Parts: sequence; C-alpha cells; structure tokens
Amino acid sequence: MDLATFFQQLANAVSLGSLYALIAIGYTMVYGILRLINFAHGDVFMIGSYLAFYAISATAMPWWAAFPVALCLTAALGMGLERIAYRPLRDSPKISVMISAIGASFLLENVGIVVFGGRPKSFPSIALFDTVVKLGSVSVLSVSLFIPAITALSLLFLEYIVHNTKTGLAMRAVSTDLDAARLMAVDVNRVISFTFGLGSLLAGLGGIMWTMRYPQLNPLMGIMPGLKCFIAAVIGGIGNIQGAVLGGFLLGFLEIMIVALLPELTGYRDAFAFVLLILVLLVKPSGLLGKKQTVKV
Amino acid sequence: MLDIDKLSVHYGGIHALQGISLGVPKGKIVTLIGANGAGKSTTLKAIIGLVKPSTGNISFDGNSTKSLRTKDLVESGLVLAPEGRRIFPNLSVEENLSLGAFARKDKAEIARDRNKVHELFPRLEERKKQRAGTLSGGEQQMLAVGRALMAKPRLLMLDEPSLGLAPLIVKMIFGIIQTINREGVTVLLVEQNAKAALEIADYAYVLETGRISLAGSGPELLADDKVRKAYLGES
Repeated sequence: MDLATFFQQLANAVSLGSLYALIAIGYTMVYGILRLINFAHGDVFMIGSYLAFYAISATAMPWWAAFPVALCLTAALGMGLERIAYRPLRDSPKISVMISAIGASFLLENVGIVVFGGRPKSFPSIALFDTVVKLGSVSVLSVSLFIPAITALSLLFLEYIVHNTKTGLAMRAVSTDLDAARLMAVDVNRVISFTFGLGSLLAGLGGIMWTMRYPQLNPLMGIMPGLKCFIAAVIGGIGNIQGAVLGGFLLGFLEIMIVALLPELTGYRDAFAFVLLILVLLVKPSGLLGKKQTVKV
Repeated sequence: MLDIDKLSVHYGGIHALQGISLGVPKGKIVTLIGANGAGKSTTLKAIIGLVKPSTGNISFDGNSTKSLRTKDLVESGLVLAPEGRRIFPNLSVEENLSLGAFARKDKAEIARDRNKVHELFPRLEERKKQRAGTLSGGEQQMLAVGRALMAKPRLLMLDEPSLGLAPLIVKMIFGIIQTINREGVTVLLVEQNAKAALEIADYAYVLETGRISLAGSGPELLADDKVRKAYLGES
C-alpha cells in the first residue's frame, strides 16, 4: 500500500469511525441510565435517515432546514419509544424490557418496510457534501471531512451538557443510583426521556451523514450499523461515553484497514467487529474504559 | 406534622409492616428503634413514596401523601437521608450538595444553606472538589446529612445515621441532629443504636417484626426493663 492509498484509507477510517462513535454513544447513554440495551437504536438511526430523505424530497425545504426538522422528529421518536415500550416495564425484570426492545426493533423495521417501501431509495445529492476535495494526492468526498468535524462538535456539546448543566448533573445522578436521585427530587422520568431524546438525536445525525456517504436507504439499513455500534459501545466499556467513542473509532479503523491491507478478506468485513468483541470480552470483560462493577451491599 | 395510620407494606409474600400507626409532632425529635429487619427502613421508604403501601394512610401537614410522588414530597419539605448514605460516589462533594438542592430555584438561599452546611461540617468544605466515594465513612455520613439539609427540610428523616461509625463520630452526628432540630427542623430518626437515639428523642417507638410493640417518651423507654434487656444490652 503506497502512502497516498494509506491516507485515502485513513480518511475513510476516520469518517466511518466517527459515524460508529455517534451511534454508539446512544447505546451507552441509555445503558448508563437504565442498564438497558436499546436494541431499537439502529432502527431509530434508519428512521432518522428516512425522515431526512422525506424532509428534503417531499417538501421544498432546503437541506439546512430539512435536517434539523428530521433530527427533532428522530429525537421525538426515541422519546416516544421509551414512553411506550420501556417506561411501562420500568419495574419489570430486565429480561422483559430487553424483549420489548427487540420487539420495538422489529416493529420499526417492518413499519419501515410498509411505509417507506422495501425498495432502496437513493438520497438526493447535496452539492456542499458531495464534491470531491483534493488534499495533495488524496481525494475525498467533502462529506468525509464534515463527518469528523460534526462528530467532534457533537461530542463537545454532549460533554458540556453532561458536565456543566443541571440536567447533566441529574443524568449522572440517575445513572449511579436511581432511587437516591428520586430522593433528591430529581424528576427521573424526565431525565430518562431527555437521555433517549439526546441519544436518538445523535443517531439521527449519524443516519443523515451515513446516507450522504453511502446514499442508499432501505428499511433494514439500521441492523448492521446498529449491531456494530452496540459492539463498539461494549468494547469501549458500556455506560462510558468516551469508551463508546473509542470503540467506534477502533471498529472503523479495523474494518477499513484490514480490508485495505488484505483485500481478500473483504467478504468478511462485517465479521471483524464480532471477532474484536470476543477478544475484548475475553481479555477485559468490562470493556477497554469500563470500570469493574462493584456490587452494592 | 406527619401521621401514619395502620400502614401495611408487603414485599412479595412478606408482610413487612403489619398496620403500624405513629405520629411525629412538629418541632420534635421522634425515634423509631428496633432490630434488623423489623421494618424501620421500610417505614421510611413508604413515607417518602419509594415503596407502595398495601393499606393504611400517611399524611403530611394534614394532607394524604397517597397521590404524591417522591419529588413532590421532597419539594414540600419531607426529606430522607437514606440507609447506607447513598451518596453519589462518582460525583464531587460539591455536586452531591447541589443535588440535595436540585428542585430549589432560590439561588441566594441555596448559597446560604451551603454555607450553613459547611459551618456544620467544615470537612465537607475542605473536600468539596473531591469525589464523594473517596471520603471516609464518617465524612460520607456528614455528606448524606448535609445533602439532605440542602433540600431545606421541614421534616428530616434519617435512616441509621450511626451505622458503621466510630463512637466519637456518632456523638458528633447526634449533636448536629439536635442542633438542626433546635433550628426548627422536625426529626424522625430511625436507629439500631437505641441508646444514642433514645437520649436525644422526645418520643420513641419500638418496632418489632412489622408491629409497634412499645411507645413512650425517650426517658421512659430508657428506663423500661424490656427495652433495657432487648436493645440496650443490659440484663
């Protein structure tokens, strides 16, 4: 592999890693607060992409108006999902909530097939994101430069919310000890709802950028990225936001670089994530940045 | 101020509280003593809305608390410093105190109460940037009490504040409970350390396997033969 190709692949890896990171954060935030794997998260990502697609192609809105509308709707979808599928089961055994999450995932996929149609749709091209940029000998799509930048901004924004706002303080309290947070007069339901909204917003953002990079939409497009980002969150240490980002980048790099170095393994690219997951779980079950679970007495 | 009438709580098949009645008059220190598993913590959890009573009635300031959420109760001045302290170990001391005042909007008064907590527990001010999980047991208990005070309680409920602490620290915490009470906060104190609790209590109830078996003023119970045998370790 010559240097130019290497940089080319590096750019690809950074943008794929950024996308994985954005989606993985949603898994980790919900897990941090509810100890629940939101299996429908990948499908929220899918719906977010479709919402952006329809906002652009079915209305006369320019992209910079259509995207925020799609993002708000995606956040609302996440909050609605929590309200309908998870909140009623708050006091039920964990396994019931997990089954409900899997059910919600299938529901969204099949509603997607019915409403959006099973045939793939292509995302309209937006000039700003769809031009080829030459950096020396490397040429990349401009969206590949926007993706890491937007991911970095989202992370800063998230970090600010979690560590510098009252709601963020409440989120950290709820994630450590739900009942103790209740005793502090924290409105636990509001905090959980907010967390779902925020996570879904990021998934929607990831979805929009994903479809600009890989401009084909289909109702099952959320399954593989969803699974991989769940893996990214576990690898990084589920419940830990930095961990999710680390896991996302790690997966993105691994996937792109292995295929670049050993092209004969291209057919197995989706398997790398699972191999890495098994390896990390064998060596460090709590994930790279995860803390050992302490049992409360 | 707080009245409990024939309160029953079930956990699955266990009848944890079997129709207990008790009252906490305004301005007093009332204590609920009893052995492990007698139902003391359950009583407090039922009062604050963390467990649902099966039957019976609880009223605060004359109003039934049935339809109120924990959040509403805390905002109306009914505050619990829970068993095992339940501080947030991964948050700083300062953040723990801020969470105590979470529902309050009166910034100036919150700052004043923070100063007051720092006066009562100078240790907490010294360690305000430190993660709460790194504090010693005694300091964590101070934080739990300080955090509860940040909610501006009118009735403060404390669940075993002496648990696992050295006698000197226990003495200090109980002294502070009396100080808080003199400043107008009503106290409901749940304790296994019967002697320390009875010494500062105006009125006391003894809880035995989900039933109130005895009640009386602090000095009365301190002098009671049964109490001396069962809870004060005398023969």
